[in-house]
Amino acid sequence: MRLAIVYLIGVIFGTGIAVSGMANPAKVLNFFDIAGGWDPSLIFVMGGALMTAFLGYRLVFARATPLLDTRFRLPSKRDIDLKLIGGSALFGIGWGLAGFCPGGALPALGTGRWEVFAFTGALVAGIILAKALQSAVAKRTRAAT
Amino acid sequence: MIETAFTPWASLWGGVLIGFAATLLMLTVGRVMGATGVLAGMLWPSSGQDFAWRAALLAGMVAGPFVAFALTGKMPTLEVPVSPLLLVIGGLIVGMGVTFGSGCTSGHGVCGMARLSSRSIVATLTFMSTTFATVYLVRHVIGG
Repeated sequence: MRLAIVYLIGVIFGTGIAVSGMANPAKVLNFFDIAGGWDPSLIFVMGGALMTAFLGYRLVFARATPLLDTRFRLPSKRDIDLKLIGGSALFGIGWGLAGFCPGGALPALGTGRWEVFAFTGALVAGIILAKALQSAVAKRTRAAT
Repeated sequence: MIETAFTPWASLWGGVLIGFAATLLMLTVGRVMGATGVLAGMLWPSSGQDFAWRAALLAGMVAGPFVAFALTGKMPTLEVPVSPLLLVIGGLIVGMGVTFGSGCTSGHGVCGMARLSSRSIVATLTFMSTTFATVYLVRHVIGG
């Protein structure tokens, strides 16, 4: 039951991505190309998503717990550090090169296009590489102290 | 460059669906709808149950283009104006960036901003800026 509900939520998200144009790298890159053939559509995607989630979260957080779990699992980090800013800056560079972001690419896998699989494969490799780097640095820090 | 048509209504309704899905995921299982978090959590799941809900969510996402087809009568347009090499390099950089930065457009840009998280606001402003800068450099400085 729980998995069926989560599956349906995934369908809603994937449909939103597909209808909005976020799964189309040409459209995404044109949004960021103000000096070229600018397509401002993505402002409407962000605006629609943000307004809905902002209002929706307000209603959800009026509850003490979610419906199918014991507690809300929200990110606990609070500090704005170099890792957050550097990582986000890096993400933007990659997004500008490829035109896919993770949320745009995952639903686009359903189209079966090889380009989406090439991007997603590299995305997963990048996540694994970054995690490996992080744990290597953490190990060295522990050894040094 | 490939010209794309301005689609305010389709994009607005698509965005509303994205925000609605984020709201429903928080309401039911109490989780943030971040593509990065969902994907990374599948690589290192904390339990079988943890893997299962992420896999179910991903399976649902992949069905999205078909529902879009049922609704609009055509598969969503997908045009890739970059070379396979740039696609793979971009993917690697995105994967590293979202791991260090703890999120992407859906996690920080939608869910985090909707909670008015200062980390997410900083992250979103940062990646939007570097994406603008990268596209400008690639299209008008290097490619221009």
